[in-house]
Amino acid sequence: MDSVADTPRKSMLRQNLAEFWYYFSESKSAVVGLAFLAGIILMAIFADFIAPHDPTIQYRECLEHAPAWGEEKCNFIFGTDYAGRDMLSRIIYGTRLSLVAGGIVVLLCLSVGIVFGLLAGFFRGWVDTTIMRIMDTIMSVPGLLMALVLVAILGPGLLNAMIAISITYLPHFVRLTRSSYITESSKEYVIASKVAGAGRFRIMFITILPNCMAPLIVQGTLSFSTAILDTAALGFLGMGAQPPAPEWGTLIAENRDLMLSAPWTVTFPGLAILLAVLAINLMGDGLRDALDPKMKRS
Amino acid sequence: MFYFVLKRIALLVPIFFGVTIMAFGFIRMLPGDPVAALAGERDMTPERHAEIMLKLGLDKPVWQQYLDYIWNLLHGDFGTSVLTNRPILDEFLELFPATIELGLTAMILAVVIGVPIGIFAAVKRGTLYDQGIMGISLVGYSMPIFWWGLLLIILFGGVWGLTPISGRISFLFDVETVTGFLLIDALLSGEEGAFASAMHHMILPTIVLGTIPLAIIARQTRSAMLEVLSEDYVRTARAKGLSPLRVYGLHALRNAMITVITVIGLQVGTLMAGAILTETIFSWPGIGKWIIFSVFSRDYYAVQGGLVLIAMIIMSVNLVVDLLYGMINPRILHTSS
Amino acid sequence: MSLLEIRNLSVEFETVKGTFRAVDGVDLSIGENDILSIVGESGSGKSVSMLAVMGLLPWTANVTADKMEFEGRNLLTLSSKERRKIIGQDISMIFQEPMSSLNPCFTVGFQIGETLKEHLGLDRNARKKRAIELLDLVGIPAPEERLKAFPHQLSGGMSQRVMIAMAIACNPKLLVADEPTTALDVTIQAQIIDLLVNLQNEKGMALVLITHDMGVVAETAKRVVVMYAGQQVEQQEANGLFATPHHPYTHALLDALPERSLGLDRLPTIEGIVPGAGDRPDGCLFSPRCKYVQDDCRASVPPLENISDTTLRCFHPVDLEGQAT
Ligand SMILES: Nc1ncnc2c1ncn2[C@@H]1O[C@H](COP(=O)(O)OP(=O)(O)OP(=O)(O)O)[C@@H](O)[C@H]1O
Ligand SMILES: [Mg+2]
Repeated sequence: MDSVADTPRKSMLRQNLAEFWYYFSESKSAVVGLAFLAGIILMAIFADFIAPHDPTIQYRECLEHAPAWGEEKCNFIFGTDYAGRDMLSRIIYGTRLSLVAGGIVVLLCLSVGIVFGLLAGFFRGWVDTTIMRIMDTIMSVPGLLMALVLVAILGPGLLNAMIAISITYLPHFVRLTRSSYITESSKEYVIASKVAGAGRFRIMFITILPNCMAPLIVQGTLSFSTAILDTAALGFLGMGAQPPAPEWGTLIAENRDLMLSAPWTVTFPGLAILLAVLAINLMGDGLRDALDPKMKRS
Repeated sequence: MFYFVLKRIALLVPIFFGVTIMAFGFIRMLPGDPVAALAGERDMTPERHAEIMLKLGLDKPVWQQYLDYIWNLLHGDFGTSVLTNRPILDEFLELFPATIELGLTAMILAVVIGVPIGIFAAVKRGTLYDQGIMGISLVGYSMPIFWWGLLLIILFGGVWGLTPISGRISFLFDVETVTGFLLIDALLSGEEGAFASAMHHMILPTIVLGTIPLAIIARQTRSAMLEVLSEDYVRTARAKGLSPLRVYGLHALRNAMITVITVIGLQVGTLMAGAILTETIFSWPGIGKWIIFSVFSRDYYAVQGGLVLIAMIIMSVNLVVDLLYGMINPRILHTSS
Repeated sequence: MSLLEIRNLSVEFETVKGTFRAVDGVDLSIGENDILSIVGESGSGKSVSMLAVMGLLPWTANVTADKMEFEGRNLLTLSSKERRKIIGQDISMIFQEPMSSLNPCFTVGFQIGETLKEHLGLDRNARKKRAIELLDLVGIPAPEERLKAFPHQLSGGMSQRVMIAMAIACNPKLLVADEPTTALDVTIQAQIIDLLVNLQNEKGMALVLITHDMGVVAETAKRVVVMYAGQQVEQQEANGLFATPHHPYTHALLDALPERSLGLDRLPTIEGIVPGAGDRPDGCLFSPRCKYVQDDCRASVPPLENISDTTLRCFHPVDLEGQAT
């Protein structure tokens, strides 16, 4: 029984994936973005092996040492910071914090956003109104300001920064889920499965939800990059990850006084943020073109 | 059109209450003893504690506190700063022109460059120009602006020494505050070089604050134009033998503008968030820097007031954009007839 | 002398899946004061071939022709500036979708006036006067008020009348009407066609009428071009075409008309579908669906040949000196 039902579904999935990859790989920049992101992820996982130094060791004899290559003493490619720590290693370890922060924000937003969006779309009426008005309220305050206020309540720290950022992004996910749920639920296949006697939750999660995923995935990717940016911004403002954590924004903040005398301490962490965000956005653009059937045609 | 306006305004009412509830709740969700947090005093005697509680109305039931709060808001009372003991609204209004000034120049920069290059990229779609413009604007869109600001300071201020790196005007000038907009005040003062100095100070902050809106506007203008260019009426315009300037610049752009105006309006939020970072970096005495300062110095009434005021400003701007949208969209403007 | 003369026009589109030949070897010629009709199934390249003449195809299109002349001027080598002087003034076009062909952001008066200003350089008052005159001419009641209307305030038929007014504003020598009635109500369709034919008569302009409707062709056209999958398969006088169609496709097309199949139980249909981008047969494109198909049809593409006053692309024409050979 099982294999009969499973085989066509599996092969269809494979076909969909193949089609997706066909459209995605059409955009070279998207593939470059994906490859770069894969590189960053590997770097985060294997930071222990890749980083040339321990990110917390302070080399007292090499304070604020300029980037150097192949020197006897103080051989730090990206230089050292105010406390004589290796910038390159700190940036490599910082990858972990940024990626984890971005990832958790996206997961939180997706899970909570989908639930609220489905509730609003399914029950409509006052449930819908309440949820959507709350989301409107969150959206009426600029994201970073909202996050700052939330961190002021929760207290500074990377975890709280992630929670705060998730809350500010939540409305996008709720709205998206709600609107695609409403569009999908009036289509024939849903009516068919209702007629076939499928239960509420089955219809909600198994019949409709998979068909709403494409825009959510795109939104998730774009939020991943903005989450990295906002985490860094909060870190820079002193409200995110706290020193000595090598979070990229925090790195910039803690070396800010040196920016004119030792510009590498500020330049490289920022470059890392820019490149990571750029790679994810490149990939996100490719994803959108590949997943959005409306854009596919043009 | 009248109903359109009314409907838009009605939509804002629940959001207004949402924002006030949020701001009201913010104070009550602070960790620790709210009385201590709000008074900004430590080691109070119990009498002092009770006195402040009474003064702040914290002894009343919560719903009454909220009603009082709304009542005060509607009368322009946003509370008093614990730090300076001045009304929040006064402080806000004093600093706000600096933020508007910066925000406006950044917006002008973003629109003046973003819209034309977006159009250009759309008209030349698929070419190297298009790819180049879109590539650069994606970099702009991905930019951590606090770092971008520091980088510009390192290069323009440090290495090349071309521009000042903080403040609004050189300390050599003592411009009297008339409007709060320093560019205007500098002109009014008649002091030689004051205006130039103020302009000079604006260059870097404007670039930094304008970068992300510029990138977004360029991208969105391009996609709005692409959508419009495939419409039948563009073909009709070409079939009339009109010049490309007229076809793209009038027939296509006029329709694309309907979308682009909305996009531009939505950048106000981006600008406010960006102002927090930009003003911090350039020691720009505006709202963004003030909010950060208030958060750090635990001046919670200031944060609360700032939150509500900023939300209200953004709501009003969005309302204006919505109305503008109705006005340039004939389908909405001319439906009653 | 003919007004528009086209020899071997082809249009190819660059698409993601390679090049696609939407128009393949079309010959046309239309004289002054003439009505030529182009018929064919959806997707047969009728619109694309006329858009190519107008120079209105998107940049993905590649237009080639042995000859494409209007009043003896080569449209292919004309600079875009010179072309713009002809387009909109001497040749104008109306489109399939009247509702979306007018710019939603501008009033009717503005859109008509724009053409007048561009080509005739009329001043404000003259433009207004002429615009009212034109709207009156195309049968729009209360023309003065209509000038201030926006397209979304007009019905489909009204929009198409405005489009026609716009197209004839500069007294063109050639008007191309691309399925001007397809998107309209049946009751309006006849009115619009009548309007076009009357205007053609009064103004003495030439008319290219693209249509699906054989009835319209029979009533209006003097010559008919039949297209199939981008290729021109037959061209002859309208009377001759209806009496003795020579190409098997034309034959089948006419047989499928309800008024010709009175007395039959079912309407005859043409089996199969028009070949798309991927599944073009070698040889004659109609061969997979042709009743009279023979081996040589499948082997090579028949050339376009002139047989008496008929232009044909077929190895084995029907009813030419009797039966299919
Ligand atoms: N811009 C384009 N890019 C690629 N293919 C195109 C483009 N425009 C038209 N085509 C293709 O060219 C072929 C001919 O299209 P055309 O519009 O001329 O058909 P038609 O005969 O006018 O049909 P209809 O009766 O539906 O209007 C179609 O297969 C169409 O898909
Ligand atoms: Mg057509």
